[in-house]
Amino acid sequence: MEKFTTLSAIACPLGLANVDTDQILPARFLKIARADGLGRHLLHDLRRDEAGNERPGFPLNEPQWREAKILVAGRNFGGGSSREAAVYAIYDSGIRCVIAPSFGDIFSENATKNGLLTAIVSQADADAMTAALVREPGRAMTIDLERQTIAHAGATYPFAIDPSRRERLLKGLDDIGLTMGYADRIAAFRTRDRALHGWKYLS
Amino acid sequence: MTDAHTLFDKVWAEHEIVRQDNGECLLWIDRHFVHEGSFHAFNQVKARGGTVAEPGLTFGVADHYVPTRHRREIANPDIARMVALLKENAGTHEITLFGLDDPRQGIVHVIGPEQGLTLPGLVIVCGDSHTSTHGAFGALSFGIGASEVAHVLMTQTLWQKKPKRMRVTVDGALAEGIGAKDIALTLIARIGADGAQGHAIEFAGSTIRNLSMEGRLTLCNMSIEAGARCGMVAPDETTLAYVRGRPFAPQGDMLDRAAQHWQTLHSDADAAFEREVTLAAADVVPIVTWGITPADALPIDGAVPDPARESNPARATQIAEAIDYMGLTPGQKLTDVRIDRVFIGSCTNSRIEDLRAAAAILAGRTSKVPGLVSPGSTSVKRQAEDEGLDRIFRTAGLEWAESGCSMCVGINGDLVPPGERCASSTNRNFRGRQGPGARTHIMSPAMVAAAAVSGHLADARVFLAGRKG
Repeated sequence: MEKFTTLSAIACPLGLANVDTDQILPARFLKIARADGLGRHLLHDLRRDEAGNERPGFPLNEPQWREAKILVAGRNFGGGSSREAAVYAIYDSGIRCVIAPSFGDIFSENATKNGLLTAIVSQADADAMTAALVREPGRAMTIDLERQTIAHAGATYPFAIDPSRRERLLKGLDDIGLTMGYADRIAAFRTRDRALHGWKYLS
Repeated sequence: MTDAHTLFDKVWAEHEIVRQDNGECLLWIDRHFVHEGSFHAFNQVKARGGTVAEPGLTFGVADHYVPTRHRREIANPDIARMVALLKENAGTHEITLFGLDDPRQGIVHVIGPEQGLTLPGLVIVCGDSHTSTHGAFGALSFGIGASEVAHVLMTQTLWQKKPKRMRVTVDGALAEGIGAKDIALTLIARIGADGAQGHAIEFAGSTIRNLSMEGRLTLCNMSIEAGARCGMVAPDETTLAYVRGRPFAPQGDMLDRAAQHWQTLHSDADAAFEREVTLAAADVVPIVTWGITPADALPIDGAVPDPARESNPARATQIAEAIDYMGLTPGQKLTDVRIDRVFIGSCTNSRIEDLRAAAAILAGRTSKVPGLVSPGSTSVKRQAEDEGLDRIFRTAGLEWAESGCSMCVGINGDLVPPGERCASSTNRNFRGRQGPGARTHIMSPAMVAAAAVSGHLADARVFLAGRKG
């Protein structure tokens, strides 16, 4: 996994609240393997009409935000289905950070596992950032994960993130490697647990 | 520190292998369900050259992509490939598979309990957000993403941080025709689609105690729609009676030992919850969604909200967007909302009790719109047929199909056409959930049946008057 330390990039104000993972990647694209390209289907049905043409006015379709690496969204971003492919679609379209007042729990964990930062800000700060991005769309936003700050257009906003998620992103840590290091303790747990709660083990 | 613990804390403590200073705990996983969509995780295992640590505790279920009609030969090659891929991965890793032609096949959250794989006190995970369903047994059960599925496949463990605890207490008797789905939507409308984010919910109170296992499963299923990490109900006699005799459940002395342990799985009297919510059963009425999140729900005698009368501008915008997508008019009475079709099924409401509730209204009546009924499992289907419920649905004009996730998520090809309005016993009314441009109203199976015979959203109680439920 790629580390996340700092990022200076164009940010797109998405604005919408409750962008669930069905919006981020509609179910009909879930059959596609990641290697075959999921980024092009990001937010497909919000971004495109029935004929597949881009809807004018949708922020990611605007020339100033097409190359954005940061999204600023409303509350409850990524709620709903646990589909990790929603994170693949975001990441593989070049986005490395989503800023919102709150996130779906499963989505945040999926994001961390893939090096995508989910930065939690107050609703007031999200609104202020959105207004500033509309006002000055060409100015890059700078995110510092170590300091947990977002700087844009002369303002600095703090953001929250679970400390363990922050650490994993900063170091690009791989969970499975870490867990394998506990193999002895896992084996000892299983032996003890099986003696205590034998009915849980099926054979 | 107090010695009083919640149900959630007790189950968590029994599964903790390692606790790090940052609060991350390595938990043992008792049951792991995989489905067709888990192919990303199997690809990750393959890429690492890994193996499945506990194939005996891992179960494959074909449900998301399976056709509900003509399943001998799957016409769509992409769907056939998804079903075949699961079979191949299950075979490679020697995982028991409840595949397309297995008499035990069905929706993962229906067959786990049905087969006795779901038991009190277990930690259960699956790459599906509605894994919260199994919490009805007093299990700690939650949905995970593909990377976590890969982690569980390779280690049978998962890193988790303890969520906060929330107790939802419901007391009193539910009126005729009102069930767990109405409680769930009433709760979500009250606290919001993210109202329980970061929390594990325990459902308690006399109303919950009096719910059947089917009702508890519906309630825990919907806890994810409030944003909760999981939902739980403490095991009791109802739970034990359900578990007894199931194919994979413990038997004889082993069951006695288990049952003794399960008696300890309840929240202690003084246990603290970070948040408490109470509902009175008397205040729960038949409820339907009008908008595009499950929190956009109102009693059936209500009207579509008017954004012009909403004082919070952000909320007014959301209401306007929802009304626009749903093709409704502010102030329109919900009972005036005409529907194009109905769907009865999904991991939320497709169990035998759900089918009986819908059939009680449909018996001797005709549906004014086309519709599909997909039982939660092949064995629910057999039982319903033994009880003659299939004939009631067919005579009413609805299609009786095979079991799967079907029109809840539409990836098997069962779709609501663009612009059409569906009364649905499912869990999500998100934009496009049942197909691009589809408009979904979620409600109880009885309410779906009432909508079917009316041709518009309707109050189930009217159709139950003079009938035995």
